[in-house]
Amino acid sequence: MADVIHDAVDYVPPLVVEEEELYHAKTWLGKYVFCQDAKVIAIQYSCVAIGIGLVALGLSIAMRLQIAFPDTFAFIDPTNYLQFVTMHGMIMVIYLLTALFLGGFGNYMIPLMLGARDMVFPYVNMVSFWVYFAAVLILVASFFVPGGASGAGWTLYPPQAIMPGTPGTDGGIILMLLSLALFIVGFTMGGLNYVTTVLQQRTRGMSLMRMPLTIWAIFIATILALLAFPALLVSAIMMLLDRLLETSFFMPAIISAGGQTDYDGGSPVLFQHLFWFFGHPEVYIVALPAFGLVSEILSVHARKAIFGYRMMVWAIVAIGALSFIVWAHHMYVSGMNPYFGFFFATTTLIIAVPTAIKVYNWVLTLWRGNIKLTVPMLFAIGFIFTFINGGLTGLFLGNVTIDLPLSDTYFVVAHFHMVMAVSPVLVVFGAIYHWYPKITGRMFNDKLGRIHFWFTFVGSYAIYYPMHYLGLEGMPRRYFSYGDTEFISASSADLNVAISIAAIFVAASQIFFFWNMIHSLFKGEKADPNPWGATTLEWRTPQTPPGHGNFDELPLVYRWAYDYSVPGYEQDFIPQDVSPAEAEKMAKRVE
Amino acid sequence: MQWTLLFLALLMGVVVWWLIRQTVNVKPWVAGANVDSVESEGIRSVVDMGGALRPSKVALGVFLAVVTSVFALFISAYSIRMEVGDWRPLPEPMLLWANTGILILCSVFLYGAWMAVKRNNVQGAKLGMTLGAVMTLVFMVGQLLAWDQLITSGYVISGNPANAFFYTLTALHAAHLIGGLIVLIIALQRLWNAEEFAPKVASSIELCGVYWHFLLAIWIILFSFLLNT
Repeated sequence: MADVIHDAVDYVPPLVVEEEELYHAKTWLGKYVFCQDAKVIAIQYSCVAIGIGLVALGLSIAMRLQIAFPDTFAFIDPTNYLQFVTMHGMIMVIYLLTALFLGGFGNYMIPLMLGARDMVFPYVNMVSFWVYFAAVLILVASFFVPGGASGAGWTLYPPQAIMPGTPGTDGGIILMLLSLALFIVGFTMGGLNYVTTVLQQRTRGMSLMRMPLTIWAIFIATILALLAFPALLVSAIMMLLDRLLETSFFMPAIISAGGQTDYDGGSPVLFQHLFWFFGHPEVYIVALPAFGLVSEILSVHARKAIFGYRMMVWAIVAIGALSFIVWAHHMYVSGMNPYFGFFFATTTLIIAVPTAIKVYNWVLTLWRGNIKLTVPMLFAIGFIFTFINGGLTGLFLGNVTIDLPLSDTYFVVAHFHMVMAVSPVLVVFGAIYHWYPKITGRMFNDKLGRIHFWFTFVGSYAIYYPMHYLGLEGMPRRYFSYGDTEFISASSADLNVAISIAAIFVAASQIFFFWNMIHSLFKGEKADPNPWGATTLEWRTPQTPPGHGNFDELPLVYRWAYDYSVPGYEQDFIPQDVSPAEAEKMAKRVE
Repeated sequence: MQWTLLFLALLMGVVVWWLIRQTVNVKPWVAGANVDSVESEGIRSVVDMGGALRPSKVALGVFLAVVTSVFALFISAYSIRMEVGDWRPLPEPMLLWANTGILILCSVFLYGAWMAVKRNNVQGAKLGMTLGAVMTLVFMVGQLLAWDQLITSGYVISGNPANAFFYTLTALHAAHLIGGLIVLIIALQRLWNAEEFAPKVASSIELCGVYWHFLLAIWIILFSFLLNT
């Protein structure tokens, strides 16, 4: 840049000191196993998360088999069923979605999109993954200890979580709590990296308000996670002490099996407060990265700037801040002062405002855009549908009076699966398809991708839409079998069979995804460095997939990430590192 | 939960104030270079960094926010539980006052070590760090003795929630000190045979000081809560 004349527009602050030295691995083990490159760590995180997610998918199919065909399968008894429910929820929320969005996409996207060589602390980043991996192994091990895994439900409410009678109170719950504590330690190491990298390692010209929304979302979600996970850590430590040293943090005086236990004076509701103080921000820890990734995909494939960029940033911040003062809406049935109930219902409904701003902005981004219905775009649009659907039922459940009868029914199951399971997972698929050419250097099979989308999208509706009706009828969740109940109509058994068949179809159709990913890795055609015509820096790397250190020379950023279809320019996108002078040459000559 | 919420509200206030300063009146869609953004990455000499923040200092700040969150949650749980009728507070051994004094000394020694770094006095830094590490160990032995006194007078962990909170909070505080001690000892070992300060070591010394001051503040807050029962 030295020979460029420094006019006001093109001026870039000079590099004051030399760049940081990159760590170069010398051994095979250091290069592929204990690797400190954020991109490799991202792939390690993603593979482990998706692997354990498949286990949880299998558990959900086992549950659906039992609900649809009670007393048919010998390998599912009430104990197993409760363990499946617990492990399915815990794995999906924490070990799959949190790890995949922050550990997977966070690690891959943050350095590349910000024009950095790597995370600020690559070694800590590597340790973070291995601690996560250990947490996963401990969780899996809990299936095989005497008494099996915990069956307390993913919320682990005491006193039942550690009292005899609940499955897995011998070793299962201990391993579960240890695994959670380890996960939090590992995540904190990663999270410190993500936040510090965003704050300190952006390339020159990349101001905060030029960051892609993906980075904004991952940044705020990481801050939420760093502040919310301690609540889970605190409750895990206290429950572990209750279980092992017979303290009475959460355990009231209880008569069990005819005898008085040693517990005295603990407060189970205290656990619920701590748990949901973590649990509600956790919803947004999963949702915010999905919001960010989907904004990116929609803008690129609609060839249009994201509508209301600044509003989108502030909506993310507002959602993050609000998510800390709504936790007690998970506890309406635990009983509370009506004024508290009113307060939490109000804050809950207020979250709808920034969320609605985001939804409107996504739809307005599509409005009169040059929409390309590629596979990632299909998933992104599918996300808008499922998210609106799940969000609207949230308005019902946020009200105390409506929540009380619907609590613990299939209506709740339908709500949170729509909004927190199907929606983020659609984004995960969309994002994997979108960045697959960059990550692997090869194109995926378009036809298989479309088949995968339609099976997953329509199938998810077939699973969760009918559940709303079951819930309105009063069918309780988590039950092993229903038998003859007056208020549950006989036809709901048929509906359950239909739901289970749909679930099996959706699960089976994921084979299209995995086949596509693995087959294209070897046989897919070579991908263009920027197949979608995107503006962000990860598409501007000299190699595809990006090499160690990401860039030859660190890019200089002159513009925001959303210069699509700028009037007067022939090319319908201007990458972030194109200076105004270079852009002049791209402008149309014919006026 | 009021303590946690208070802490979070303060933190959110800071974050939002900072974001407003960074983002309001910015027109992201206008192309051109932005002078305000991060100038470079790389290592400058630790002492003459001036106002610029090092990544490790930012990371420590974020980590301290996380640790504060942990303790704020414990204190919230503690104060919620305290209001229930069957709370039987345990007597605080006088030893805890002595321990508090020792922890203050640790902070002073580490502050002295950082001052020595600023004056480029390697021997002084070694002395300050060694004394700081030794005093930290003395503090932890003192805490163990306090535990021992309580246990021999019959206040065991499973006796009453007040006891359980006391042991858990002191153990958690000590665990954080042990983590800091590991970093401190690594830095001390690197400094031991060196003639001058490597940038990383100098940085470690400063950050250790900050961390110890923070843990001292946490201990004083915890101690005042324990005294107030």
